[in-house]
Amino acid sequence: MNPSVDALRATFGPAIGRAVVARDGVSVVSVRPEPLVAVLAWLRDTVGERYDYLVDVTAVEYRDGERPLELVYFLRSLARRTDLRVKVDLELRGPLAVDSVVSLWAGANWLEREVFDMFGVTFRGHPDLRRILMWDTYAEGYPLRKDFPLRGRFSRAEQVRQALAANPEAHYSMEELSIAEAYDELPPDVKARLDQGERGTVADAP
Amino acid sequence: MKHVVETREVAGQSPNWLLARLDDLVNWSRANSLWPMPFGTACCAIEFMATAASRFDFARFGMERQAFSPRQADVLICAGRLPFKLAPVIRRVYDQMPQPKWVISMGACASTGGIFDNYAMVQGIDTVVPVDVYVPGCPPRPEGLLYGVLLLQKKIKAESLRDRALRDEHPLDATGLRLPPEAIDEISEPFGNSVHQFRSA
Repeated sequence: MNPSVDALRATFGPAIGRAVVARDGVSVVSVRPEPLVAVLAWLRDTVGERYDYLVDVTAVEYRDGERPLELVYFLRSLARRTDLRVKVDLELRGPLAVDSVVSLWAGANWLEREVFDMFGVTFRGHPDLRRILMWDTYAEGYPLRKDFPLRGRFSRAEQVRQALAANPEAHYSMEELSIAEAYDELPPDVKARLDQGERGTVADAP
Repeated sequence: MKHVVETREVAGQSPNWLLARLDDLVNWSRANSLWPMPFGTACCAIEFMATAASRFDFARFGMERQAFSPRQADVLICAGRLPFKLAPVIRRVYDQMPQPKWVISMGACASTGGIFDNYAMVQGIDTVVPVDVYVPGCPPRPEGLLYGVLLLQKKIKAESLRDRALRDEHPLDATGLRLPPEAIDEISEPFGNSVHQFRSA
């Protein structure tokens, strides 16, 4: 068992649920949904823990409809070469929502979008929660849920019609298509040069 | 084709005459200078690259120049599975190609959906664009694709210039489809092992 689990219990007490060692030797610890961001921030920033790399965010739904949907955060400490998995149980009947961890790891942005797209879990505070694999106007639901039929809900003709009606360029937000968002982060001298109308030039060949 | 060009001596005149059917001449030039537009989405694209490279070299059949722009292409080769998300893309690529144009569907997935009988995959690209030659295989070997190209050349050589309908554009109709919905449902029917999928709807 990973010693981080005991440290978590000592710090967060009842917010930490069961913990097991998975077949691959990685410890899996269950956490209540409410303090999730605090727990993950503690795991990232505490000296001696330093789980600084979020490998993946995904979800598991079991065929047994009574079991909750499990959200899984794969953490890794690059310096200590240690893995830890944090699970959050979300009741299928309740609202499938949890706080976003994009504020901790910017890389969680697309991972959470994928979980939203495939499982329908809402991430509160996510800066850009849109579908990422299926197109924006996809109307059949969340494909990796157990109640989703393998071939989709609509007839094949309707699926083709809706797919052809989608705009292939609509998969990107305006922010992704422009540098407008990055402007504020540019150094002052570059901003000044851009403001004067200067644009990049290709140097003449020697 | 037996005779692309035949020579005939005309009595009392110079023998330096060539008589040929215009059809044969045009088809001969079209069939032997097909510029392919590769639309590679999966493992079939690897076989396509092998077909284009030196060992198999489909430049031997006049496909010297690969047109990576649809506006300079003659034949669209869909090499690989087509997800629904790419359906409007291949339709736009096809619409941008100038006439005359043909389509080769390479591999099981492009032709039928293959093993991907699921929510994300087009069950045969003929539900989206018209197809001239289907090349079976998973993926087809380069020889298979070359045979498909030769079949397409054979088909082109049998076309007639007078049949204007061959060159008509058929944009998507008012329902946003190129076929009636019943036809698409029928084409997409499960077959083979897919009929045993118990989670299907």
